[in-house]
Amino acid sequence: MIRLEARNQTSRTLLFWSPILAVGITVIAGTIMFALLGKAPIRAIAIIFLEPLGDIFSIAEIVVKATPLILIAVGLSFGFKAGIWNIGAEGQFTIGALSGGSVALALYQIDGAWVLPLMCLAGAVGGMLWAAIPAFLKTRYNANEILVSLMLTYVAVLLLSALVHGPLKDPDGMNFPESRIFHDAATLPILIEGTRAHVGFVTAIVAVAISWLVLSRHIFGYQIKVLGQSQRAARFGGFNEKHVTWICLMISGGLAGLAGLFEAAGPVGQLVPALPVGYGFTAIIVAFLGRLNPLGILLGGFVMALTYIGGESAQIELNLPSAVTGVFQGMLLFFLLGIDVLANYKIRMTQPLSRKLSE
Amino acid sequence: MDLLILILQGIIVAATPLVFAAIGELVVERAGVLNLGVEGMMILGAVSGFAITLESGSILIGIVSAALAGGAAALLFGILTQLLLSNQVATGLALTIFGLGLSALLGQGYSGATVMALEKIHITVLSDIPILGAIIFSYDPLIYLSFGLTGCVAWFLAKTRAGLILRAVGENHDAAHALGYGVVKIRLAALVFGGACAGIGGAYLSIVQTPFWVEDMTSGRGWIALAIVVFSTWHPGRALLGAYLFGGVTVVQLHVQGLGVDIQAQVLSMLPYIVTIIVLVMISRDTLRAKLNAPACLNKSFFASS
Repeated sequence: MIRLEARNQTSRTLLFWSPILAVGITVIAGTIMFALLGKAPIRAIAIIFLEPLGDIFSIAEIVVKATPLILIAVGLSFGFKAGIWNIGAEGQFTIGALSGGSVALALYQIDGAWVLPLMCLAGAVGGMLWAAIPAFLKTRYNANEILVSLMLTYVAVLLLSALVHGPLKDPDGMNFPESRIFHDAATLPILIEGTRAHVGFVTAIVAVAISWLVLSRHIFGYQIKVLGQSQRAARFGGFNEKHVTWICLMISGGLAGLAGLFEAAGPVGQLVPALPVGYGFTAIIVAFLGRLNPLGILLGGFVMALTYIGGESAQIELNLPSAVTGVFQGMLLFFLLGIDVLANYKIRMTQPLSRKLSE
Repeated sequence: MDLLILILQGIIVAATPLVFAAIGELVVERAGVLNLGVEGMMILGAVSGFAITLESGSILIGIVSAALAGGAAALLFGILTQLLLSNQVATGLALTIFGLGLSALLGQGYSGATVMALEKIHITVLSDIPILGAIIFSYDPLIYLSFGLTGCVAWFLAKTRAGLILRAVGENHDAAHALGYGVVKIRLAALVFGGACAGIGGAYLSIVQTPFWVEDMTSGRGWIALAIVVFSTWHPGRALLGAYLFGGVTVVQLHVQGLGVDIQAQVLSMLPYIVTIIVLVMISRDTLRAKLNAPACLNKSFFASS
């Protein structure tokens, strides 16, 4: 009989290897899935996982996708560590794009080096305000933050659509539901000439570095860890649970809002109803893939971005629906969560009790 | 009068998928498991129900397959959370993301197709009663099934021995284990039941309500079902009430749009989500009552150390 036995201490080695193992198993499962769908499996895997690494343009596209994923996931990791589940990052992302983008539209064709910083500020504040709703309802009225933040995602997406169909619509746009294209001073500078990789990526790296310092060196990082492990212990330690809830939601909301603004002022360049494409949800997987550790999230963000770009080429070359990416991402998280059991438990082969007794 | 009957019928049709999903999740949560994958199980039910109905020509087979698909997805969740002890919140989210992706992949060839909608039951005398006949006796069988299901679950939880054991597992899994009940087996069974219900709820959307298949057609109904379970304070009758409340908001919102009121369609579409939040706040406000009603072992992993 196979049985699990609790380890005295979580295995750090396995904690490190399990994301890599999970990616490996996902590739194998993906091969089987493509074979079942009647597509050439090896070729499909090669297109998704290897081809995007081949040229500078694809790599730059990976950076474009990794930027919002890393920014959002780093923010989420604070709350997830403390057991505060903000799963409405998609909504905060949308509101960030909306508020930052509105600033760009209000200052249309006004030049100045301050325009872009102001937009970033508006984006981050927008995301924070949207996250403040679940934070307030959680700390004041005990309402479940998972459901509130998620419901607000639907509201945010509808709000963006309503405004882009109405007041923010491009006046010379033949009545299409999209805003004006942001002017140059309101567009993010490009990192590599000829690609879409923008300076938002630098911000993401800075966010990773600061988060790593806070989580590993600052008392707030410690408070989060204690709260996540045991609420009782945190209360005895005199940590204020409500403060931690607020700060965690403000960090994740602010970074998600900033990511949204970067998306609007970077690769998209305007406000459109289809701006939110699920980064807020994928970032949840990225956060787990990176073990809620900022450095791990940096790596995890790149892996996830790779599946996006690979999924897009698979869509074109093999006529697969874009949903393949979602299937891969879901599988990856499943395997990762399943394998994690090995870090906390040992597998023991034992004889059934009845046989032991008869011996 | 006709409009009123139309609205009432609309509410019932809008509420039924929520009833199925919420009742299923309620049983799961009573057993102490929080499955946030309701949205994923519903959409898998929606796509498989639709595809199988189209291929087989039988709505019954379609609905059964939807239940099987939902149950299978829930079993996957169960294996991860109950046998491999993974985090329930994260695994539930993974199930939703996976379900949305897989359903879009499976449904690729089916968008645009339509099936014959499920026929309404016509009971000779009763359905012909003016007004009352239209309001009470002229629906498809699944609507009656949803009421039957609610009644059965309420009876099962409150009056049967098996229901008592299930609740014991949800309230204190260590005590239940000490008494010799198979905590993991009971939870897996509850999960599969909840998944099957969510699958049927999803199939109701794609086979009866619309009837066609589009990606992401559940649009948050699985999450609303989760909110309804909190709203119901884990009582089946109140879950039914909650589902009808949300069905009502959805339909009234649609009719207001239809009347040509000068409010943007998107703003009205926000209503069901905003109402969900408001109701959630009102129910959760009383911390003590929320704690008393919630199953004590909800969202806690069970590990038998010996």
